[in-house]
Amino acid sequence: MAEKKERYEVILAGSGGQGLVLSGIMLAEAAILEGKNAVQTVSYGTYVRGGFSMAGVIIDSEEIIFQEVENADVVLALTEETMEMYEPLAKEGATVVYDTTLIKERTGKGLFGHPFTDMANKMGNVGMVNIIALGYMAKKNGIVDTESLAEVIKRRFSGKTREANLKALEAGIALAV
Amino acid sequence: MSHATGIRYLKDGVLPHMWCPGCGIGIMMGAMLRAFEELGYTNRDTVVVTGIGCTGKLDDYLVTNALHTTHGRALAYATGIKAFNPKLNVVAVMGDGDSVTIGGNHFIHAARRNMDLTAIVINNFNYGMTGGQVSGTTPGGRFTSTTAWGNPERDFDICALAQVAGANYVARETPYRGWELKEAIKEGLGRKGFSLVEVFSPCPTHFGKNNEMKETRQMLHWLKEKALPAEEYNRLDKEAAEGFFPVGKLVDRHEPDFNARYEEIRQKAMAAKKG
Amino acid sequence: MRSEAKLMQGNQAIAEGAFYAGARFYAGYPITPSSEIAEECSKRMPLVGGVYMQMEDEIASMGAIIGASLAGAKSFTATSGPGFSLMQENLGLAVMGEVPCVVVDVQRAGPSTGLATKPAQADVMQIRWGRHGDQTLIALCPATVAECFSLTVTAFNFAEKFRVPVIIAPDEVVGHLRENVIIPGPGELEVIERKQPSGAPASYKPFTADADGVAPLAAYGGDYVFHVSSSMHGPEGYSNNEPANATWRVGQLHRKLEMHRDEIVITKTFDADDAEVLFIAFGATTRASRAAALELRKQGVKAGVLQLVTLWPFADREVAKLGGRAKTVVVTEMNYSGQVAGEVRRVLGSGADIRQVNSYNGQIIRPRAILKAVQ
Repeated sequence: MAEKKERYEVILAGSGGQGLVLSGIMLAEAAILEGKNAVQTVSYGTYVRGGFSMAGVIIDSEEIIFQEVENADVVLALTEETMEMYEPLAKEGATVVYDTTLIKERTGKGLFGHPFTDMANKMGNVGMVNIIALGYMAKKNGIVDTESLAEVIKRRFSGKTREANLKALEAGIALAV
Repeated sequence: MSHATGIRYLKDGVLPHMWCPGCGIGIMMGAMLRAFEELGYTNRDTVVVTGIGCTGKLDDYLVTNALHTTHGRALAYATGIKAFNPKLNVVAVMGDGDSVTIGGNHFIHAARRNMDLTAIVINNFNYGMTGGQVSGTTPGGRFTSTTAWGNPERDFDICALAQVAGANYVARETPYRGWELKEAIKEGLGRKGFSLVEVFSPCPTHFGKNNEMKETRQMLHWLKEKALPAEEYNRLDKEAAEGFFPVGKLVDRHEPDFNARYEEIRQKAMAAKKG
Repeated sequence: MRSEAKLMQGNQAIAEGAFYAGARFYAGYPITPSSEIAEECSKRMPLVGGVYMQMEDEIASMGAIIGASLAGAKSFTATSGPGFSLMQENLGLAVMGEVPCVVVDVQRAGPSTGLATKPAQADVMQIRWGRHGDQTLIALCPATVAECFSLTVTAFNFAEKFRVPVIIAPDEVVGHLRENVIIPGPGELEVIERKQPSGAPASYKPFTADADGVAPLAAYGGDYVFHVSSSMHGPEGYSNNEPANATWRVGQLHRKLEMHRDEIVITKTFDADDAEVLFIAFGATTRASRAAALELRKQGVKAGVLQLVTLWPFADREVAKLGGRAKTVVVTEMNYSGQVAGEVRRVLGSGADIRQVNSYNGQIIRPRAILKAVQ
């Protein structure tokens, strides 16, 4: 796992309904649990369902002045459309994580493809794709501690939903180890 | 036994009032104030909300609480008052422009919500204050200062509108029937939920002058001759009913009002929150 | 009890601020990008003994909150451009009748339906001049989620203290932004209640001001019976069309805010004291301007920011003081016309070096666009 930096700019992009806005909220909440500042912005295509959806998250131990992601440290893309839209925002040395179930495989420095959607399907709940990816990114880049994400899940959900989310988080973490 | 005069609600020194000789607004105001007195209304527990136009001048004569609002919006203001303080007696006094022309949307929604308000509507079939222009209640073919060749549009039946929109109480009266008018207003005020008293009213200055009823007595004569008690009117077939209109109580329901329904929902929410 | 830091959306923080200030009546009509405020109120109002109503339109919403305020409620509504346009006539009654209330206008890109979900700061002049007749009110503009909360409390305080409608005008960026915020505990922020009459009920005049320029306001249903009117009225609230009365009345609506100008006009500065390049900004553009100013400082340019927290009344004195010292003034705003730049030009005169950075396509202004304008 990478050493934690003072500031992270993260983009989580896919299509509406993949839960990326919620992922952004959970990532920001995890950072706040660690005493950091966090902002989350959202950008949508024309249609909420089926159109693209992007959550930008900035985490910083200092005040966050400009609220939008300008140079992403980490980009997650779950669709071909958003891969093309947001990969260029990744700065030098950034990590680009993408879903090989839905996006054609690429090779290059900093590119990490995994079949997140397939994994979620196999776990019996395609709705967990965002949580698997979140666990993977957190572990891989050290954006937040994975324990903080588990705590956010515990505070947000109960019962079966909580268990399913924790299981998905673990699956994502395991992928990065 | 002494009869109620309603004079206790009138501001000192305001009479004679500003309305034209023959206008029905003064008679309606007198009936409303006598109804207040018979129901024991106090100034502090009563809010009279008015709109704009001849009828909208009425608040200036009163010593109850009052709110003189914008054209057509009296019911929206009245809704806010009543929703926040259900103990108040809230009366919206409007003309046909306020109630069902510029303000028609508020009228149907206040009735749909069954707000515990009484709407008293002076329907004089035109815009009297501003020179007798056409209104949403001007009958087809009639002449006004903006329908010089006759009105090509149809008119609203305000009572029917209130009925289908969900009012608990609907009555129509005329200044010719002063006692019945007071009784209708009193029954409307006493009824929980949305109540409407429509008052067909002479406007000899404009509507009468433009429609061959130049003299006040001609307009009153028309209101006297053509008003039929609802049960009598309803016995007539369509042809025989032509030219007549029903008066008296037209709708008589006891559905729960907005405040009662809101309180019921609120109790459920409180219980769910505790549980 | 002071809560821990939590992630909150700007619109949600506005609703939180309203509850903190004691709001007990909300009437509105849903419109993007303000609807989260209505949704939060529909959940919470019944639980605190308040009333939430979705009205048939924004005209009715404005009327209903005025009615509820006169019945004693701290009341408010939230909307965006098209709805704010519909509210104007009744908002004018709140000015004329001196009825405390708060209107949130989450600004989106027009004209007309425009870019329905995209940000703008193009209602600045409508907020000030959108109503007929000569009238005035207060408008506040948050740049952060924390300000969404605190300025909503301030808005209710100003409304109650000065008997005036107060507009809160976040742009869509700030309304939808999520950010960590600590909600103050009860008592940490001052909450002001409207001044009540205390004399004999028979002598109460709802429009006779005290020495502070503001008349006490009773509530319908209490011992003090009163009239409020959209028409020109005398001290008792009854119609009065005498020229001398109108002179007094219209003047009074303006004077009460002029008297308290220093309390009402709030600004914030960032490295502005020695600034040779002064950015003047409000709402979300404050943040981009601050980032640009920091970048310029790194390059050795003395740059700073004046944030207009109060949009109206305009911060003439603050703009004159800091703008007069700077070599270059840059006004950043999300509109075509330079609605605030025009005010800055009025204050500083045509000889000043005033530059504009504008965006009117629904896209935010970024620091690099600002830097380009300065170089």
